[in-house]
Amino acid sequence: MILPIDPANKLSFKRFIKDGDLVIVYERHDTMKAVKVSEDGVLQNRFGAFKHSEWIGKPFGSKVLSNKGAFVYLLAPTPELWTLVLSHRTQILYIADISFVVMYLEIVPGCVVLESGTGSGSLTTSLARAVAPTGHVYTFDFHEQRAASAREDFEKTGLSSLVTVGVRDIQGEGFPDEFCGRADSVFLDLPQPWLVIPSAGKMLKPDGVLCSFSPCIEQVQRSCEALKSQFTDIRTFEVLLRTYEVRQKILESCPVNEGDSIERPPRKRRQGSAEGSNGTECSSSPAVVIRPSGEARGHTGYLTFARLKCFV
Amino acid sequence: MSIEEAVDEDSKQNHNSRLTYEGCNVLLDINDGDRLVFSRLTAASTLKIGNKKCSLQPLIGCPFGSLFQVEPGKEGTFLTRFVENAEGNGLEEKDVDGSKDNRALVDNNTAQSLTSEDIDEMRKQGAKGDEIVEALIANSATFEKKTLFSQDKYRVKKQKKYAPRVLLRRPFARSICEAYFKKHPEKIGFMRVDALSLLLSLGNVTANADVLVVDMLSGILTGAIAERLGGTGYVCNTYRGSSPYPVDITRMFNLSDEICKRIVHASLTDLNSFQTGASVSEGQEETLPVTHSGGLDEVSVPAEDGGMDVTPERVSSPIIKPVKSIKAGQKATLEAIKSWKENGFSSLIIAAPELDPWGIIKEVLPLLSFSAPFAVYHQYAQPLATCMHNLQIEKMAIGLQISEPWLREYQVLPSRTHPHMQMSAFGGYILSGTKISSSDSLTSSN
Ligand SMILES: C[S@@+](CC[C@H](N)C(=O)[O-])C[C@H]1O[C@@H](n2cnc3c(N)ncnc32)[C@H](O)[C@@H]1O
Repeated sequence: MILPIDPANKLSFKRFIKDGDLVIVYERHDTMKAVKVSEDGVLQNRFGAFKHSEWIGKPFGSKVLSNKGAFVYLLAPTPELWTLVLSHRTQILYIADISFVVMYLEIVPGCVVLESGTGSGSLTTSLARAVAPTGHVYTFDFHEQRAASAREDFEKTGLSSLVTVGVRDIQGEGFPDEFCGRADSVFLDLPQPWLVIPSAGKMLKPDGVLCSFSPCIEQVQRSCEALKSQFTDIRTFEVLLRTYEVRQKILESCPVNEGDSIERPPRKRRQGSAEGSNGTECSSSPAVVIRPSGEARGHTGYLTFARLKCFV
Repeated sequence: MSIEEAVDEDSKQNHNSRLTYEGCNVLLDINDGDRLVFSRLTAASTLKIGNKKCSLQPLIGCPFGSLFQVEPGKEGTFLTRFVENAEGNGLEEKDVDGSKDNRALVDNNTAQSLTSEDIDEMRKQGAKGDEIVEALIANSATFEKKTLFSQDKYRVKKQKKYAPRVLLRRPFARSICEAYFKKHPEKIGFMRVDALSLLLSLGNVTANADVLVVDMLSGILTGAIAERLGGTGYVCNTYRGSSPYPVDITRMFNLSDEICKRIVHASLTDLNSFQTGASVSEGQEETLPVTHSGGLDEVSVPAEDGGMDVTPERVSSPIIKPVKSIKAGQKATLEAIKSWKENGFSSLIIAAPELDPWGIIKEVLPLLSFSAPFAVYHQYAQPLATCMHNLQIEKMAIGLQISEPWLREYQVLPSRTHPHMQMSAFGGYILSGTKISSSDSLTSSN
């Protein structure tokens, strides 16, 4: 299961894979897959066939072989890994936005959080991690099938006791009245969030925090206007992640000799090691170098936060 | 579980207090973020605003989120509850197209006919801050000519000066990190709040987790993790040498005794030597060192425009009673160390600007359970790159990635939305990954 919800299980860290477990099969950092382990299950991929029966009893984090001798790793699921493997039924939130939202919404164990829409449940999984073990996330989507798939996913990841999925048109009807004044935080990822702000204000405890995620600045504009009357500390952010590439490179450190071909690759020159006919020592030792990756996600959405004013 | 059942269940266990109490830590937001002051609420604590001292007594027992205004009184200035009307200022409806402009505005010092002597006189006669602001507006020759935006700006500026407001906040990792980042970034290794939030995610911090940390950032990391553990699991601070790294900042959080009990420390030697049966030094009373300044370390963030002169005041009562019976940072018990030795920690977070990441991680990674996620923070990229390279070569971890968060704030106003002119250009680098099981004797074949 994705979270150590039951304190009795928490010390069995050196977890061994058993029948029925959810594992993340890791081929490469960008090729991962969630698999439910079953005695007679077989995983087929481009590396061949992997029998689940050979996985059972191994610790998480183990390397396992296919019939062709290729290997993959079996990792214990975490909300971060889950976000990378879940089936995309909608656009989803990724780690940078998710982390910032949880921190800025001041979610701690025991909190009651309202969310809409549920979408693919990417954010919900991290919300559940933050409210555990005594809090609860109530998440709503008006799309019946999406809600059902999300429910199945929370069952799969073992979060059902922390998350309740409701089917409801939140923009049309607002959040259910039973949550009035009971929410510590509210999160919106909806096309017209401004329609829900009055309802969110009713649901929140005084000083509770709201966050709305919107890809377009026009949505932000309208939301901020709607927030003004009841909320304070209204702030809008954009958060992105820049990833880096690390590799080992040999950088030549002495001037190229006369007569040396410019095209000659430096590596060859070094390996030739008969270099320095003039006697100079070239210390072209391999160095670990780092630079930003060439491509990155350039925009996800704007995050607008606001705190319910205290009128009493 | 149905929605009704679930609602019933969680209304029973609301330990997440939203009222202040004597001895609790608060964050005072003065004039809409111009200055932030951390304070502990006692009958004797005071806040200095301008050249006036105000007692914080009226704040005790109030809901977090309530607003106070500084008012003159017979026995000096005092703080009173201030309730805004729910209407807002209506500014958004008018003049969004900016039909007025400021071509007629002449900037000279004759626009205001009220002198500072006049204002002093008004004060002497007991005028309230708001009344002074209104008088200033009434006596401003240029106020009417200003655009509505400028009028509002003028009003806010005068209000901040003559009727400052104090917003009562709960101190959370978010606000504590932001305040330090603004005022003493070096104390927290220049770690911006978005980097901290990523560390908590990548370190899979959640209830019942046993998180191993190397926190050389004065305890900001330890406090943030403890807040997320909510009195379950452990955050175990490990260190090289003979004394634990200081965790002063944990005292700014409002951590209950239950939560504080979950903050422990153990030296690297103790964590490593246990297996070989070497004795672990005893002494349950030892706590992590904190500076003995009596009250809280207060952090005040200066007004951006330098307009307000608000100096935070230390709690000056001669007797400072220990507010918490349980201090954060007890020595880990032998039992706990033994269980970690057997089972491993569930995750690892390192924020140690003074240490070489590879040097420390190769020492602590074996203490983790298999498949445990880890995250290492550093302000320099190169040592992390070397660390990542070595982890790869030694086949100790997979899913390795170095990332750097980027955070930009926006001004959102009708027809005037744009990113802030100034932004923080750097908040730190993070190396993350997952430990793999090294026990298998498989030879790699692809
Ligand atoms: C972009 S997705 C949310 C993704 C989610 N944050 C995640 O991380 O997986 C938006 C969701 O809002 C739902 N939605 C749109 N309008 C709605 C409404 N009026 N009431 C409830 N849900 C709505 C859609 O069905 C969709 O699933």
